[in-house]
Amino acid sequence: MSGWIIALVALLYLVILFVIGYGAERSDKAGKSLVNNPYVYTLSLTVFCTAWTYYGSVGQAAGEGLYFLTTYLGPTLAAPLFLIVLRKMIRISQQQHITTIADFISARYGKNFSLGVIVALLCVIGIVPYIAVQLKAISGSMEFLMAQNSTAPAVSHTTLTLAVTVVLAVFTVLFGTRSIDASERHQGMVAAVTFEAVVKLLAFLAAGIFVVYFLFNGWGDVFAKAAEKVQLPDFTLNGEHGFLRFTVLTLLSFLAFLFLPRQFQVGVVENLNEKHLFKATWLLPLYLFLITLFVLPVAVAGLLLIGGNASSDLYVLALSAKGSKVLAMVVAIGGFSAATSMIIVETIALSTMLSNNIVMPLALLRRSFTEAGLSRLLMRVRRFSILFIVLAAFLFERVLGGQFSLVSVGLISFAAVAQFAPALLGGMYWKFATRKAAIAAILAGFAVWAYTLVIPLFAGAGYLPASIITDGPAGMELLSPQALFGLRGLDPVTHSVIWSLLFNVFTYVVVSLFTSRSDQEIVQAEFFVSAVNNDEQLSWKRTASLADLQTLLSKFLGETRARILFQSYAAKHQINITGDIADPRLVGFSERMLSGVIGNASAHIAVQSVVKEEKLSTGEIIDMLQETQQVRDLNRALKRKQDELTRATDELRRVNEQLREMDEMKDEFLYTVTHELRTPLTSIRALAEIVHDNADMDEQEREQYLNGIVRESERLSYLITQVLKLERYESGRHKLYAQPVNIVSAIGEVAQSVKPLAAARNVTLNLFLPDSMLLVQADKDMLVQVIYNLVTNAIKFADAQHGTVNVRLFFDDTEARVMVEDNGKGVEPELRELIFDKFFQARNQTLKKPEGSGLGLAISKRIIEMHGGRIWAEQVQGSGARFIFVLPI
Amino acid sequence: MKHKILVVDDDPYILMSLEFLMKKSGYEVHVARNGTEALDIIAGQLPDLILLDIMMPDVDGYAICERIKKNPAWKHIKVVFLSAKTREADIQKGYDLGASLYVSKPFSTKELVKSVKELLGA
Repeated sequence: MSGWIIALVALLYLVILFVIGYGAERSDKAGKSLVNNPYVYTLSLTVFCTAWTYYGSVGQAAGEGLYFLTTYLGPTLAAPLFLIVLRKMIRISQQQHITTIADFISARYGKNFSLGVIVALLCVIGIVPYIAVQLKAISGSMEFLMAQNSTAPAVSHTTLTLAVTVVLAVFTVLFGTRSIDASERHQGMVAAVTFEAVVKLLAFLAAGIFVVYFLFNGWGDVFAKAAEKVQLPDFTLNGEHGFLRFTVLTLLSFLAFLFLPRQFQVGVVENLNEKHLFKATWLLPLYLFLITLFVLPVAVAGLLLIGGNASSDLYVLALSAKGSKVLAMVVAIGGFSAATSMIIVETIALSTMLSNNIVMPLALLRRSFTEAGLSRLLMRVRRFSILFIVLAAFLFERVLGGQFSLVSVGLISFAAVAQFAPALLGGMYWKFATRKAAIAAILAGFAVWAYTLVIPLFAGAGYLPASIITDGPAGMELLSPQALFGLRGLDPVTHSVIWSLLFNVFTYVVVSLFTSRSDQEIVQAEFFVSAVNNDEQLSWKRTASLADLQTLLSKFLGETRARILFQSYAAKHQINITGDIADPRLVGFSERMLSGVIGNASAHIAVQSVVKEEKLSTGEIIDMLQETQQVRDLNRALKRKQDELTRATDELRRVNEQLREMDEMKDEFLYTVTHELRTPLTSIRALAEIVHDNADMDEQEREQYLNGIVRESERLSYLITQVLKLERYESGRHKLYAQPVNIVSAIGEVAQSVKPLAAARNVTLNLFLPDSMLLVQADKDMLVQVIYNLVTNAIKFADAQHGTVNVRLFFDDTEARVMVEDNGKGVEPELRELIFDKFFQARNQTLKKPEGSGLGLAISKRIIEMHGGRIWAEQVQGSGARFIFVLPI
Repeated sequence: MKHKILVVDDDPYILMSLEFLMKKSGYEVHVARNGTEALDIIAGQLPDLILLDIMMPDVDGYAICERIKKNPAWKHIKVVFLSAKTREADIQKGYDLGASLYVSKPFSTKELVKSVKELLGA
């Protein structure tokens, strides 16, 4: 295929990307964001899948088997943590206008300038090789396509790579530096990256499907043929320290996915809505699964059909070329998209770091900030940084690139980025981590990383003596870069990660414990760990001339925008901006706004230069923080109290309702009681008055009247006793003295005591009792009273001429059942429940309760209920009433 | 001619007292221990005045009063309720049904006698 066609297609592809990006920005300005949805967000996260994924995974699978999976397992395992770690990073970054990982770390440790510089520089050092391999992959794939056409004039590798480099650099400049506020986000870039995510997935799937179903007869066929003919790599982890390597590599890609500068860019800075994270947690693993699906069969097919003829990194392309030139071109475009998306996002992120964390603070320290053209300077710095980074990658590729696979260089970058993890994660969850510790830890980790991974790289390329690796520096074997302190037998990456992270974490913890934090650090640490907006509560006592502040902001944001921002903030927080002096909140606000443009360290420097600060003592800061904490606690407590109060109110209302009902019942009861008492009282009064007024009554008649008075008095006191008894039972003041009671003998006792009454009324009393004794848990006096009430009632209501009362006792395993029957008139169905009611003769009741029942049944019912039993009335077959109670055994 | 008085109450001592008092005041006294008996006696004797209890096991006093006042032949019979039901509503109901007097139990025998005398205009 002609080189010109290939170049043309590649350029055309870039133009399409640009159009997409431009269109997305236009539609955003028109108020309809195309990228504000979770699918775009997830797809943009797949900028993680670079040429490494596209070409390198196949090469890795062909070379060493299953380890290629770790690259995808890491992010898949990280996905559930999105909602915890990534969300917190997003919240912090958006509140503090943080735009890069260097900014993030420096902000956490007191907006420290040197820390930002260190992180930015190390990021560049760590990631330039990674960009270099992307360039290599692009030029490599182009060379391959051109080589298919034997007549094509050969272009030198260097020329080709340089051309690719320059085109991409220009493209990235166009893409990434058209707007100046990095926190304003790059919606065009996100749209382009999303498009590329789709392209690379479809192209790779096309290649995979072609290989498996067209070159071979399906999955089984690929592996069956390969098993016969070639030596396959070991697809287990049984090699030396296989599991350790697998675990370490998974951890690496896990950390890289969260902390690589480009991942921070798309995952945190470009996040438009934190709800998108929910979909991403399952959609991202799905994407990763799809793009991994064909890696193994393609690798195996490559070993089988191509073998050593080509670098295994290009198997995908070489196999596709067996189909058609078009397919090969499509697959190459897929690889191109994987590489370009990475280069674009990564260089934009790195250039922001370089400009905001290194160049701008220096410029601000040297020059007077009010000098015109700072905004133009900023733009130039960004553009220059992009060119610088891409060219550095080109140089790296020229010098060292020829000899290493995509994966090995990628892993070196991952290991570099992993060095930020302790300071970053620790900073988000551990308040007492200090700036000194963060600097020391990152430097220590990087030193070990460089010593164990980079030095061997140079030694291997012949720039350093090979003896350093075999014998150690100056023959000190313990310091040998790939077997540090005698740790042998591990592959270089695993070895390096273990040592570097060990030194890193150890330094971080120990230095944190032995150093203290500055005031600014305390405030920032509080903010990062609790991730709560400290805007108003934690306003520093900083004031500035309003005019100075506004001028400062105008320099970077433009006059109109600065004025609008000022006014809207002032209006929202009711700050007066008509005077000379700016409110402390306005100063803080300005600093945050500037952070979005020039990074927080620079913004801090710039704002400090116009500020008249009232120095705060540590004590005051701590007071402020505690106050914030107290306010938060108080709020929470208040909310809780309010909930409790609401619940209590409901409860009270319910209880009140209940009380009202009970009050009514009490009234009703009192009325019933007085009504009951009135009757004997009436008799007594009438009888007494008659006796008193009629001294001339004859002796016998007087005797009769006095007798009546005595009887009715007795009835009165009996009634009062009953009422009090019932009241005591109902209020629960009466304690139950439960003990085993033989219910058979209890019935016998009652029968004995009512004998005179039965005889007087001519009633026959029959007992049907078991021979044995039957024990129930009961208060004997109370139980006897119930039986007595029922039996005497029965005697009273039994037939006047031939009265019969039967008392029966039944039992089974669970309960004893006592029945008392008479042969009287019985109880009418509608009264059967009412007769147990002490309010029976209540307001609307004019018919009299059957005589004698009084309060006896109400009392009996209460007693039985206190024993956990039931009592009710039935009709006896034929005639008569039957009262039944049941007690549990 | 002696006025006829019917005394209706299910409590034997009250019945006994009222019978004694009325007889002593010079009236012809009939007694009934429940509603059914009372209606029989009213039909047979046509009394001038009834001392009527309200709460009774079979037919209550209100129902008896209602029957008396609805019957043109009985309408002139004066009804005096004697009851332990002392609520405003109960008393009002008694008067609404056409009673001449509503006496709450327990009552003063002297005043009852006086009231009866006044009602019978003697």
